[in-house]
Amino acid sequence: MGAQLRVYRRRMRSVKATKKITKAMELISASRIVKAQQRVAASTPYANELTRAVSAVATYSSTNHPLTTASENPKRAAILIISADRGMAGAYSNNAIKEGEQLAALIRSRGLEVASYLVGRKAVNYYRFRNRAISGSWSGFSDTPTYEDAKSVADALIQAFLADAQTDKAGVDEIHIVFTEFKSMLTQNALAKRMLPLEVVESDAPVPSGLLPMYEFEPNAEVVLNALLPRYIEARVFNAMLQSAASEHAARRRAMKSATDNADELIKSLTRLANAARQAEITQEISEIVGGADALSSANAGSE
Amino acid sequence: MSLNVELVSPQERVWSGQAKFISARTIEGDLGVLPDHAPLFGVLVDGVVRIDGVDGTSTEFNVSGGFISVSNNRVSILTESTGNK
Repeated sequence: MGAQLRVYRRRMRSVKATKKITKAMELISASRIVKAQQRVAASTPYANELTRAVSAVATYSSTNHPLTTASENPKRAAILIISADRGMAGAYSNNAIKEGEQLAALIRSRGLEVASYLVGRKAVNYYRFRNRAISGSWSGFSDTPTYEDAKSVADALIQAFLADAQTDKAGVDEIHIVFTEFKSMLTQNALAKRMLPLEVVESDAPVPSGLLPMYEFEPNAEVVLNALLPRYIEARVFNAMLQSAASEHAARRRAMKSATDNADELIKSLTRLANAARQAEITQEISEIVGGADALSSANAGSE
Repeated sequence: MSLNVELVSPQERVWSGQAKFISARTIEGDLGVLPDHAPLFGVLVDGVVRIDGVDGTSTEFNVSGGFISVSNNRVSILTESTGNK
């Protein structure tokens, strides 16, 4: 076998092995999207009820809770970026990180400092590589986040928010979240939203029909609001994580599908090249034999 | 008349359906809800929530904190985690 042919065959073998891997990853992601979607759907009733409750309490009470009032001269804003732990998901993590960069630029242009809170190894590595300060980071659960994970992230954010930003270096006046919204299997968008101070009734939950009832609060509106708002933030973070997880799987499935398609293309063109090389080898051998026979017969004819 | 009840946690809808009585423990003490209760919003403490369904069944859940909201015969109980008792 000629050297040329051997090189082509080796490349084909390696592309085929890669294709098997990408195909497997595509199938795994495809099955995980469904599960992730179900988890988003399962968490929706809780989020909806909570949103309803928060808007009811906020509408009917005049309490000025620290979580709902904006600071008069804000000093620092926190950005929570939700990215993936693993790669192979196309531009998924990058889109979220870029959205975060844009938001950070916007916040800096308002004269505020930015504190970065990162979820997912990809965002953490991006910031570490650039030697940027990280206020908090979590990783290891990007594809199946649990409520406890969301709680630990939300707790850190609420604590930073409740600290006084003027005197405390860890304190922040605003909290923004950057996550990837799962619209459909085909569309996922990186989104930036402000979480705190609350803009009450900015969720996409259906507006309750009719007027909200005049609630009696037990024990009183302030205690209720104090207990309610942290849960609301946790639920928002949890929902964002679940949507991001679903988006991550969808992005990975799409990236792996195009990788598999590309491998197919590559195998096809390599097969063509290998065939041409084999044919060229055969043609060359034939012409060598014919040439050799010619030379022999003319030499024999001369000796007679 | 019956109550339209939903008991939800962040992970799932734990219980939903029609009930005739609910008892829960709020910060201020035990609370019972019958149909046509006035609109109410309460903070729950760790304890037991009992739901008596219209079909005569009675289900108890251990909840760890949460909220109860009652309005127009619609009761929603939000809790972080539940355990069947």
